Amino acid sequence: SQGIIERDETPMEKEIARLHRVDFEFSDIFYFCRKGCEAIVEDEVTQRFSSEELVSWNLLTRTNVNFHYISLRLTIVWVIGVIVRYCFLLPLRFTLAAIGITSMIVGTTMVGQLPNSSVKNYLSEVVHLTCSRILVRALSGTIHYHNKENKPQKGGICVANHTSPIDAIILTNDGCYAMVGQVHGGLMGVIQRATVKACPHVWFERSEIKDRHLVTKRLREHVADKSKLPILIFPEGTCINNTSVMMFKKGSFEIGGTIYPVAIKYDPQFGDAFWNSSKYNIVSYLLRIMTSWAIVCNVWYMPPMVRKEDEDAVQFANRVKSAIARQGGLTELPWDGGLKRAKVKDTFKEEQQKNYSKMLVRNGSIG
Amino acid sequence: LSREDFQRIPELAINPLGDRIINAFFPEGEDQVNFRGFMRTLAHFRPIEDNEKNKDQNGPEPLNSRSNKLHFAFRLYDLDKDDKISRDELLQVLRMMVGVNISDEQLGSIADRTIQEADQDGDSAISFAEFVKVLEKVDVEQKMSIRFLH
Repeated sequence: SQGIIERDETPMEKEIARLHRVDFEFSDIFYFCRKGCEAIVEDEVTQRFSSEELVSWNLLTRTNVNFHYISLRLTIVWVIGVIVRYCFLLPLRFTLAAIGITSMIVGTTMVGQLPNSSVKNYLSEVVHLTCSRILVRALSGTIHYHNKENKPQKGGICVANHTSPIDAIILTNDGCYAMVGQVHGGLMGVIQRATVKACPHVWFERSEIKDRHLVTKRLREHVADKSKLPILIFPEGTCINNTSVMMFKKGSFEIGGTIYPVAIKYDPQFGDAFWNSSKYNIVSYLLRIMTSWAIVCNVWYMPPMVRKEDEDAVQFANRVKSAIARQGGLTELPWDGGLKRAKVKDTFKEEQQKNYSKMLVRNGSIG
Repeated sequence: LSREDFQRIPELAINPLGDRIINAFFPEGEDQVNFRGFMRTLAHFRPIEDNEKNKDQNGPEPLNSRSNKLHFAFRLYDLDKDDKISRDELLQVLRMMVGVNISDEQLGSIADRTIQEADQDGDSAISFAEFVKVLEKVDVEQKMSIRFLH
């Protein structure tokens, strides 16, 4: 995506390069000064945690950051749009969603009563798929699946970039997965308890999540069983606004097994799918989704990847991340999605300081 | 804006001189900067345009003139704002830039040498005029400008 300032990416070494053997100059400070101010004007990270700005307006006030009155005709078109969306589309979608969720709960509970058998698995798949499809229709979702031959197989791990809670429904629309997540209360909890009877989803208690070894162990057991459905994991750990892919947490890549990367890219012209959890709660988020024009997205299934002999989990995670970013046309960033809420680690600053010191010591004639 | 708002930018937080740069935005003793103040500080980084050079000879100097850009950098070094960079101040800034990777002695000798070379009136401190003289050959305009794309 286009930035607003011209960034000069020459590395520190070249910029502070010197022709003569003097170790430090007052002008060295210019490099840090300019980099700092460039970051203030426009940085790569904070812009990923708010919705993408559109080049041309799509008649939704929420995406109109610089609202000003253009013409009466446009305002009338917008008003008609509002009426259509709120009075016509919203009730339809809400009804569909209600039907979808109810069938999901009822259907999976009924299937859950059956003893474990291949019939049960088949029926569970049918129920999950059907309800998922109803829910996608409830959001007016138009999904294009590419490369279906690469669809995740049983016993594998499906890995995707994360933009919203809807990602899961988008994927289950086309196949059955074992979901991984935290146990919630309320309606979500009811759904979780019902679905886990029919299909072995992996729901963790809040306390269990803190124990990384426990999490890895349970996931490993699931993957080892080749008859079990592929697990669906979002390694970024948090919702990013679909313009970039941030650091993948290495936990999922330590389990072993085959990774099936999937890239999901939403078309922002029809609706903004990104969930800014610090700004909106889940209910207002769903309301916004249901009053958008539609959810249009592309899903690319990518060929499976396995960790190489000489690769560690972090390198493997980065390899998968690059592949997904390239396929989805997203920018690839090494920053941690956790920066949405937490401060950046001091180690990065220390690294910069180290690089600069190396230059001073190398060029100078210090003893 | 408060200082915390700036520190939430990861690329700024890892900049060794991040705190000094943030400080440059806040006027003396204040903890908040408004949009006007924010723009005034960023205006130092506007590229110098050719057609402006001849425009207003009698008016106040624009914020992005070479002299004002240099002044901005000078203020980053001058910690106590007494219009002089003393050896101590230089040492402190150097310490910020290199972290723990260079010993006090080495840093001290770097500081001494730098001041020796730039100091002309022998007061062991660098005034703004001496600062400007040292940097007269440096292309300040290119290094201290941020260009906006249209």
